Amino acid sequence: MTPPVIASKDFAVRSRRVSADLTHRQVINRALGAYELKRDEKIANFQDWGAARQAAAEVKWEAVNHLDRYLEEFASKLEARGGKVFWASHGGQVCDYVADLAKQKGAKRIVKSKAMTSEEVHLNVALRKEGYEVVESDLGEYIVELAGGGPYHFVFPAMHLTRGEISVLFEKELGTAPTNDPEELTMIARRVLRQVYCTADIGISGANFAIAETGMISITENEGNARLTTALPKVHIAIMGIEKVLPKLSDLAIFLPMLATAGAGQALTGYNSMIGGPRQPGEVDGPEEFHVILLDNHRTQLLADPEQRDALHCIRCGACLNVCPVYRSVGGHSYGTTYQGPIGSVITAHLRGLQEWKHLSNASSLCGACTSACPVKIDLHHHLLHNRRNAAKAQPVWWEKIAYDVFAFVMDHPALYRLGGKLGYWAQKLHPLVLRTPLDPARSWTATRDAPAIARESFKDFWQAHPEAGRPAPRVS
Amino acid sequence: MSDREKILGRIRDALRVPAPRPGVHGGASLDQAEDASRRAVPDYSDWLPIVGKTFAERSALFARNAAELKAEFFVLADERELPGRLAQLAAGNGWKRIATHRGSLTGLALQGSTLPVGYTDEGYQVADMEASDAGLTECEALVAQTGSVLVSSLSSGGRALSVLPPHHVVVARASQMLADLSEAFALLKVKYGENYPSFLSFISGPSRTGDIERILVLGAHGPKRLTIFCLP
Repeated sequence: MTPPVIASKDFAVRSRRVSADLTHRQVINRALGAYELKRDEKIANFQDWGAARQAAAEVKWEAVNHLDRYLEEFASKLEARGGKVFWASHGGQVCDYVADLAKQKGAKRIVKSKAMTSEEVHLNVALRKEGYEVVESDLGEYIVELAGGGPYHFVFPAMHLTRGEISVLFEKELGTAPTNDPEELTMIARRVLRQVYCTADIGISGANFAIAETGMISITENEGNARLTTALPKVHIAIMGIEKVLPKLSDLAIFLPMLATAGAGQALTGYNSMIGGPRQPGEVDGPEEFHVILLDNHRTQLLADPEQRDALHCIRCGACLNVCPVYRSVGGHSYGTTYQGPIGSVITAHLRGLQEWKHLSNASSLCGACTSACPVKIDLHHHLLHNRRNAAKAQPVWWEKIAYDVFAFVMDHPALYRLGGKLGYWAQKLHPLVLRTPLDPARSWTATRDAPAIARESFKDFWQAHPEAGRPAPRVS
Repeated sequence: MSDREKILGRIRDALRVPAPRPGVHGGASLDQAEDASRRAVPDYSDWLPIVGKTFAERSALFARNAAELKAEFFVLADERELPGRLAQLAAGNGWKRIATHRGSLTGLALQGSTLPVGYTDEGYQVADMEASDAGLTECEALVAQTGSVLVSSLSSGGRALSVLPPHHVVVARASQMLADLSEAFALLKVKYGENYPSFLSFISGPSRTGDIERILVLGAHGPKRLTIFCLP
């Protein structure tokens, strides 16, 4: 595991570099600007988006707060239809289970549609080490894998790359002719991947939802790669976090449109597929075996915190990333996590350790754009605050503690506060002498910003000196 | 102890302390939260986009949605038009082979057709289906609110037929036009009870991607075209 100092330092270094990269900013703002327009248009079509959010939050609350019951119902319904359910406490068990299954089936080639849980447990690395050929079929993931980096965004993995960069990548890795046309680039990937679906021995997918009532998983996608991955190979393995379960099939009637609208500005995503078992008697195709892996991997730790339990309501739409000014400035790779943006900052502290990952909760202006965007009403920006508080409580930083004690003392003593204002006014005249040098006490602020000037007369003094100011004009009756 | 028991045990331990309901802060509840939780069976249709009650309204809405999704939607006045329309598509696009499943509507569509046809009903070779120019299927329902086609492994010739060939052609009846997803799930429950098909999918337009600079490209992995015929 990465030592704490590295994770936060890496974040700082990468953030500084990316936020100064104007091309990056342009690419991201163009992509997300178009998204915002479509999203607002689709939200406006709802009769009552606010009530829909509340309803979705209620359903998730019910599911997460009775998770044991719904998971058991899901597993028994699925097992009754010939599906196999594997419960994994930790990521390593997922890799072992899949590798064992692949060995037992004599598999060579494994095709995958997008599964963030597999990124979380580093499944591809584990399978390749065992000698299996693993191919990502989601176009964005495919590109990111060829490029040799992790996803930039858990919904739009290759959002940061331009068509030119992708063309160069394809030229180098696949030997194709350079092109500036996104359609041609897509068709190159289509041709390569078609052959993979038709010959793969195992298909691995994620799941956006699981339905307790019917023992189904639900997969949302635009490309059709998940449909092919789950239709053609003889074995289908779905990996999902335990928090994905919903009580009823009919609950999807609200979650599918909301996921599409909040996540990508669509009324409904291209394909929303529900899979409830392997091929059944009387059906013409589909895998012979269907395995569902239920992954805990510290989710129960988050569940044990009632204050932040609603972070498990997350449907991974990515809306909070899209609207986050920090995410948009520092970019997805700076986080160094599987889940980026506000939701990533909140849950990574639970999934991978608070002290190591608390810096992500500090990297926020607490503007609350994430909370307003969340379709299931997760109180994201307050959870960032909760993480800060919990981190400080568990491992106080001595100078922060002194600073806050001094601050509290001054605020408790008006005379001191007034004196501080006066002293500050005079002291700032000396500030230019040390401005932006190592001696500057406000250097972390002034390095990239101008310090606000302290006025000679405080607002309070002004108010007392001008009794007429700001008072309502006398009423004429 | 198995991991199943371990995980369920951790969940039960974790849930001993209750979490506040959504929209409830510091013991005070917001009006909206109370309203939603008071409803025993929430009717999602009240909050989703408006859908008309008549077939004419619904099919107009479906047509608008289909146009936005770049799907082709045709309401035929007479079912006898269907074989001609399909032949036109086949000729216009130079189809050499078509894959389908046996059914009254697919049968009707192929009346008089001389194209080689592969049926999935008795099993099929993936390579043959991949080499077909079109997949012709029936469906469970059409969903007006989202312009979607609901297919299933039982109604639409299996899992792959509606996604592997580059052009997906759907034939439906006007009576299959439903308002929204809630109606579609209700229909499935009545039709199948506990015995659902192993695969269901709401298809909204041809396969698409925006993974390169968020620019829309059709035919990412699945069909590049989706044509829907609605018969009376």
